[in-house]
Amino acid sequence: MNYEPVIGLEVHIEMLTKSKMFCSCPVVDSVSAEPNSAVCPICAGHPGTLPVLNETVVDFALRVATALGCRINPVSIFARKNYFYPDLPKGYQISQYEEPLAVEGQIFIGEKLIRIRRVHLEEDTGKLTHVDGRGTAESAENPVESQNRRAPTGGYSLVDLNRAGVPLLEIVTEPDFHSAEDVRAYAELLRALVRYLGVNSGDLEKGVMRVEPNISVRPVGTETLGTKVEIKNLNSFRALERGVAYEISRQIQLIEAGGAVAQETVGWDEAKQSTYSQRSKEDAHDYRYFPEPDLPPLVVSESWMNRVRASLPELPWERYKRFRADYGLNHGEAWGLVSEKAAGEYFQSVLGAGGGAVRTVYAWVTGELFSLMNTSGYGFESGKLPPQEMAALLKLLADGKINQNTAKNVLAEMFASGASAESIVAARGLAQVSDAGFIAQIVAETLRENPHELESYRAGKVTVANFLFGQVMKKAAGKANPQVVRAELERRLKE
Amino acid sequence: METLTEAQKLLQRGEISSRELTQQALNQISALDGKLHAFLHVDGDSALEQADAADQKRKSAPEPVSPLLGIPLAVKDVIVVEGMPCTCGSRILQGYRPPFTATAVKRLQAAGMIVLGKTNTDEFAMGSSTENSAYGVTHNPWDLTRVPGGSSGGSAAAVAAGLVPAALGTDTGGSIRQPASFCGVTGLKPTYGRVSRYGLVAYGSSLDCPGPFGRSAADVAAVFSAMQGRDPLDATSQDVPFAMNFPLAHRERAGVREKDVETATTLQGVKIGIPKEYFISGIQPEVEEKVRTAILSLKELGAEIHEVSLPHTEYALPVYYLLAPAEASANLARFDGVRYGPRVEGDSMWDVFYKTRGEKFGDEVTRRIMLGTYALSAGYYDAFYGQAQKVRTLIKRDFEQVFAKVDAIACPVAPTAAFKIGAHGDDPLAMYLEDVFTLPANLAGVPGLAFPVGFDQAGLPVGMQLMGRHFDEAALFRLAHAYQQVTDWHLAKPGIS
Repeated sequence: MNYEPVIGLEVHIEMLTKSKMFCSCPVVDSVSAEPNSAVCPICAGHPGTLPVLNETVVDFALRVATALGCRINPVSIFARKNYFYPDLPKGYQISQYEEPLAVEGQIFIGEKLIRIRRVHLEEDTGKLTHVDGRGTAESAENPVESQNRRAPTGGYSLVDLNRAGVPLLEIVTEPDFHSAEDVRAYAELLRALVRYLGVNSGDLEKGVMRVEPNISVRPVGTETLGTKVEIKNLNSFRALERGVAYEISRQIQLIEAGGAVAQETVGWDEAKQSTYSQRSKEDAHDYRYFPEPDLPPLVVSESWMNRVRASLPELPWERYKRFRADYGLNHGEAWGLVSEKAAGEYFQSVLGAGGGAVRTVYAWVTGELFSLMNTSGYGFESGKLPPQEMAALLKLLADGKINQNTAKNVLAEMFASGASAESIVAARGLAQVSDAGFIAQIVAETLRENPHELESYRAGKVTVANFLFGQVMKKAAGKANPQVVRAELERRLKE
Repeated sequence: METLTEAQKLLQRGEISSRELTQQALNQISALDGKLHAFLHVDGDSALEQADAADQKRKSAPEPVSPLLGIPLAVKDVIVVEGMPCTCGSRILQGYRPPFTATAVKRLQAAGMIVLGKTNTDEFAMGSSTENSAYGVTHNPWDLTRVPGGSSGGSAAAVAAGLVPAALGTDTGGSIRQPASFCGVTGLKPTYGRVSRYGLVAYGSSLDCPGPFGRSAADVAAVFSAMQGRDPLDATSQDVPFAMNFPLAHRERAGVREKDVETATTLQGVKIGIPKEYFISGIQPEVEEKVRTAILSLKELGAEIHEVSLPHTEYALPVYYLLAPAEASANLARFDGVRYGPRVEGDSMWDVFYKTRGEKFGDEVTRRIMLGTYALSAGYYDAFYGQAQKVRTLIKRDFEQVFAKVDAIACPVAPTAAFKIGAHGDDPLAMYLEDVFTLPANLAGVPGLAFPVGFDQAGLPVGMQLMGRHFDEAALFRLAHAYQQVTDWHLAKPGIS
């Protein structure tokens, strides 16, 4: 029998606002910051403290929800989600439940429509590190992951509240995915979106964006949904794709073997490339949601929505379409420049600064320059090598002032020294020579020096021409215009 | 100890210094609090230091100083004050030192008031007698074998016994008004949103209101006006100006100025509603009698009296005991022994939670957490919490309809005068009934003022409650003040003082 996977996604995205969601503590990098260095009585849940909503959080969330074409609820309410865990200072998480910020959005993966069910705001929890009896630390990112785990014997757990109260956006889709590839494509598109909107870096590895798929399978042609399994701990796009693929085939194999899928939450084990059971349905929490009495309903006025709409930049899928239409890039080329936002913008700027033909600019930006940016650790967003400089270099190349090889060397030097292409070419005498008299002279010299090769050519071994061409170029120290050399050489050989 | 208004005059005339006033309060506490146990913490040294600073300021200030400068204040121990412990009457916060000061207290400190110490309370403000305090009961100054009411019993007793001229309490279901009534003092539950809750350790967040105790309406109004107002740290606080648009003339002990009294006491055009649902069987006859007599006094001062109906009154109690515990079950989840307060060690993380909470919370708190958890549980939410929210809306509507016709509602504060310590020992329901007349104001968010209107045969104070429109505390002060210009009940002092 053939099976069809049905997948819905929950994505949590930290919003990198300046301060936390309900207090004035700064949002810091939870990986590198000193533990508990961005904590106050409010986010530590001291008695008597109250939350006050940071409006920038709503602004960020509205940008994402609007970009996803959601219907924004003019009035949404916050709710308390109750559970005990040492990384949850108040014993409840402020979230949204019955009236979320936004509902009913959509996004396209190629031609496929993915419906967004809801977008809501909530606060992040702190972070626990379990230290075992030998002093080995193990991060326990997800509360659910270690929900039933005790501190190892002889060990202890450390609580870091830097992340507690950092604003999170949760985006929930309808079960509209049917392949691991689409899941990955969606996640990558979402990452591009949050980067475009300046909400977040989209780093799965750092946990600032967390993707949790719900997966079930059913025989092709049937409508009823199978029992779903949720995967957590997917810390890269690769892990996401593999984890989903693994879970799909595990479920199919289980059913084929006469078994039944149990409703549970599983974790992805990167080392073993497999999932393991974390929590069964029976352990599921009753979160006892109820409206948060400390926060009035969140009212989003028409003018606020308009302001957000007007402030949206070009969105990834809009840019993708434009890149394909205006520049004639193929899918892979366009998507590459869209997902690497800074590279795409650099590419546009070089074109705008007169860098020449689209293909040439594309080839240089995504080829030579891309590898320089990567290997040097700079990125396109670093400001290293302004696009105008790159355009000037490509203009020298297009105008025949330098040849391809020289251009590569000049680029490397521009990158290293920061000098302009013109000044490097001038200082090192790298300008290409097209002077017919000079080229005729070195061609004549080369033929004189290689009488044997000239003879074999004339005897019919035409491939010798390439060798002779190389000899001429060498003699000209690479600066001779190759077209002029080729023409002169051909003329002489055929004499 | 003088009333706050008297103390203000003496300070202004230079007849007493803040140090003398503060020392007097500390002496009273030393002399009487052994019997009363109104205080859980007193910081005399710091208070005297602040008093000296206040005296200095009064001397050196060129312009008129704050009317509250140098006046001592006691604060219920569910409101945090930096530099003082905050236990909430619970073992689970034993030794806890809060890292900040509540906004209401900060404002009073900014106005020059001196916090002497923290007063006893039922654990986390859950109770009507202070018997639920983990640190022992407070005794009623009028009869030490009786409770002072609760949960703000320590503050009410401290003001009644003359230990301090004013004190702060909190009122979630009657916790300011009922002890004010039991102790014969004046106490205000402000409109919800009028006084910042920032720094008040939450019990029922949608109901909690900090408010002042004093001997008279004028005293309470003076403290209230300095502590109220919108606070950027409390998203539920509101920006509504408070103005006393009538003269708060004070009758001096000697030489009453008839004209002032007349101006202050004219209640011409004021409409007072008497809700029939608040005069029920089971109410102590003397309580009803004193309240009805007081209503007649208001009528004589010119007020119109109308019978009104608040038909959903009988549901207030069940609604309250679903909503407040539900909110409390979440509010008290943070006390887990992880970040502050004592921790009972265990075999596992969960064991630490179970043991810390199991051993450190008292019975009533445990009972309400369980009630609230149940009311919010999957499958029960709609029937309990959800239904209670709907009925709360009906109760609010009752008040809106009545306040379309009258300016204030007059009724008893509690069905009885102060009861004996231990009287409701094993009967939480009987204790819950203590709040039957005070709960509706919390559910509706309207202000309520309690003040003494007489004594029963046992010599115990009897209080009356006035409820008003949202943010119309001024109307309540006006009525109570007029009444206090023609009566002396609020000036009576218990034998102990």
